[in-house]
Amino acid sequence: MSAYEFTDGATAIVRGALDAGCDFFAGYPITPASQILMMMMAELPKTGGIAMQGEDEIASIGMCIGATMAGARAMTATSGPGISLYSENIGMAIMGEVPLVIVDVQRLGPSTGGATTAAQGDVEFVRWGTGGGYPIIALAPSSIPESYTLTMKAFDLAERFRCPVFLLTDKEINLTRNTVPTDAYVSVPVLKRETIDQGAPYRFSGNSSPMELYGTGVVRFTGSTHNEEAMISKDPEVVGRLNEHLRSKILSHRDEIEMLVCDPEVGATTLFVSYGITAGAMREAVTKARSSGMKVSAVTVQTLWPIPETGLKQAFEGVDRIVVAELNPGLYVREIERIAGGREVHGLQRIDGELISPSQFLEFLA
Amino acid sequence: MTVETYRTEGSYPFCPGCGHSSVLDSLNKALVMQQIDPANLVIVTDIGCSGLSDQYFETSAFHGLHGRSLTYATGIKLARPDLHVVVIMGDGGTGIGGAHLLNAARRNIGVTLLVLNNMNFGMTGGQHSTTTPTGSITATTRSGNLEHPLDICGTVGVNGAAYVYRGTNFDKDLPERIVEAMQTPGFALMDIWDLCTAYFVPNNTFGKRSLIAAQEELGLEAGLLYKRDVDEYAAAYRAAGERFKDAKRLHVRAITPNSIAELDRPMNVMVAGSAGGKVRSAAKMIAEAAIRSSLYVAQRDDYPITVKSGHSVSQIVLSSRYVDFPGMQEPDVLVILTDDGMRKSRRYLPTMKGAVYVVPQYADIETTGSLMVLDPARAESRVGRSELALAVLSGAVLHQGLLTVDALRSAVNAYPAFAEKNLQAIDAGIAMAGGEAPANEA
Repeated sequence: MSAYEFTDGATAIVRGALDAGCDFFAGYPITPASQILMMMMAELPKTGGIAMQGEDEIASIGMCIGATMAGARAMTATSGPGISLYSENIGMAIMGEVPLVIVDVQRLGPSTGGATTAAQGDVEFVRWGTGGGYPIIALAPSSIPESYTLTMKAFDLAERFRCPVFLLTDKEINLTRNTVPTDAYVSVPVLKRETIDQGAPYRFSGNSSPMELYGTGVVRFTGSTHNEEAMISKDPEVVGRLNEHLRSKILSHRDEIEMLVCDPEVGATTLFVSYGITAGAMREAVTKARSSGMKVSAVTVQTLWPIPETGLKQAFEGVDRIVVAELNPGLYVREIERIAGGREVHGLQRIDGELISPSQFLEFLA
Repeated sequence: MTVETYRTEGSYPFCPGCGHSSVLDSLNKALVMQQIDPANLVIVTDIGCSGLSDQYFETSAFHGLHGRSLTYATGIKLARPDLHVVVIMGDGGTGIGGAHLLNAARRNIGVTLLVLNNMNFGMTGGQHSTTTPTGSITATTRSGNLEHPLDICGTVGVNGAAYVYRGTNFDKDLPERIVEAMQTPGFALMDIWDLCTAYFVPNNTFGKRSLIAAQEELGLEAGLLYKRDVDEYAAAYRAAGERFKDAKRLHVRAITPNSIAELDRPMNVMVAGSAGGKVRSAAKMIAEAAIRSSLYVAQRDDYPITVKSGHSVSQIVLSSRYVDFPGMQEPDVLVILTDDGMRKSRRYLPTMKGAVYVVPQYADIETTGSLMVLDPARAESRVGRSELALAVLSGAVLHQGLLTVDALRSAVNAYPAFAEKNLQAIDAGIAMAGGEAPANEA
């Protein structure tokens, strides 16, 4: 008989981070992300790593960025209000090409909102959460085992593209305990960081230039527009190449980033699309619908950003109605509308602090 | 090989007469005196005129966001305690980054902070800063500054910093002082006053003499103000961490099912009580007993942010297959323990189809569900407040035939430290439920 764990998403994220080689964590207490902070504070010293409680969120992400440039593999975790304070440093991590995993355990906003209430209101916030409008990568686990796997994947993508990567989870996945078979955790390879000890610290071509780390040579870092030597530059030719690189290193490698789980059914004309905690209710609804003879297809979006357009468009084939479910006033549904090719798109939303239930999905099949 | 200079060939970008150039020359001399490997030195700069400084040194450098330089420096020092980290900040950085300044001092992270303090924002047009003296004219204090200037050294000094020095860029021994600061383990602050010839000097007819006079007028002492023996934070962290090297790593207890309980549909069990009543741990025990009985369980807890007061409600969904939706739906079994729990679960009572289990004080509530009163007085031993949740919840699941007594006992036995009390609670539950009801065991 196989064995099971009674565990939660926070624990899975911490295990994923440790298995991905994370050796630096800094965070500031905030519900519902504090469990990750506390577990990292407990675990990292055992592995020779460092975990810090910063004086605020700004200090926490700042320490992560500094530590990364000195060779660490870093993660931080917060909730929506903390992402607000991370904003400027997120931009700097993009500009300075700092691999970093940022966990956002979403809670109900705006403002202090509902600290112990699940929500998915940060989906566009992390996408556009800093100035400039450059692409970011965001992954969204919809279960405890996925919290483990996608944390590892976030570390891999952060290294691969030398950029901050968001892991967008929520209060319910993070703190609800569930029954998980011990063999359900799928680990993924995490790119070993390529380093050099001389030459230019940046290359404006390809996806990830090797990193030069403090202590190995004379290394420069800047959050200002710069040339490949990290010297501040306003030369339009240099600035243009830099900013195009920040854009294209992600958008030219979408096939390496975009992940989704499709559950198609032949003959189904309705497609459910969801992510995170709401995808669980969607899967329950699909099981119920099929057991009573109704046809429906479903997609769980794992990579929220960049939006997995190729996979989604394939899932749209043969479907004439798409239902997009999320715990916010209707955010990701607009992205789906943009690529739905004229299909009927419905938003299923809930903003009262309760979860979208399977029966709410089933109403679309009645 | 001796390093003769750490400067690049380019000349400084500062205005004629600006004090920043001479401070950076003093830094260069201090580095030459110490012969630090340029690869082992990181100059972290803030934003403002002084933020341009790092580009004029052939050392490693980090040029980040305004006010946050100390946070990057802290991360670098934590990751590589062997590196020398020098932060160059203007007086502006002590305002926007004030929290980081205080905490770097308290923490005694081993970085050396040079504040190039020219009492106004030079780069953005001569606005007032935290250190602008009262009465001074700036672009944003046209009738004279109304605010009291920040005593950077005093603030940092009383908060534990290892080394605190106040001076001006005219100090003859500035290079030696910088060496002293860099060689002191812990946080070192040098508040170095200098002249902004673009704004502060013309706005206030200021000069070298008025710079020193201003310190005296404000009652701010110059020179070495604090020097303490402290444990540098990054080294202290590593030393403290050594104690945990052999500690048991993160481990989640694996539960191997040893019996099979059959359910024809998922059962939603809600237990509603008060904070401090061990409601969540009681629910967890029942959940683990269910997993031992080959069921899948999800447990969702609801409690106010204050944790130790108000309600504590746990919901467990028991199912024969994985529970992908743990959301709060109408419970099949509702257990009400306290007034707090009643307030949070009352809404289900008028439409309940399942069973409601309550303690005697709620014996006369109205509900459409089947009401059963579980009386702790029926237990052989007194049921304490911290055992009540597990006792009543055990009584309810046993009465419902959801789980066996054996499954409950084996779940609590997995936690030896609490096993005795928990076994008593289960026995109380058996007594309250009127004996060991037959479970739906296959």
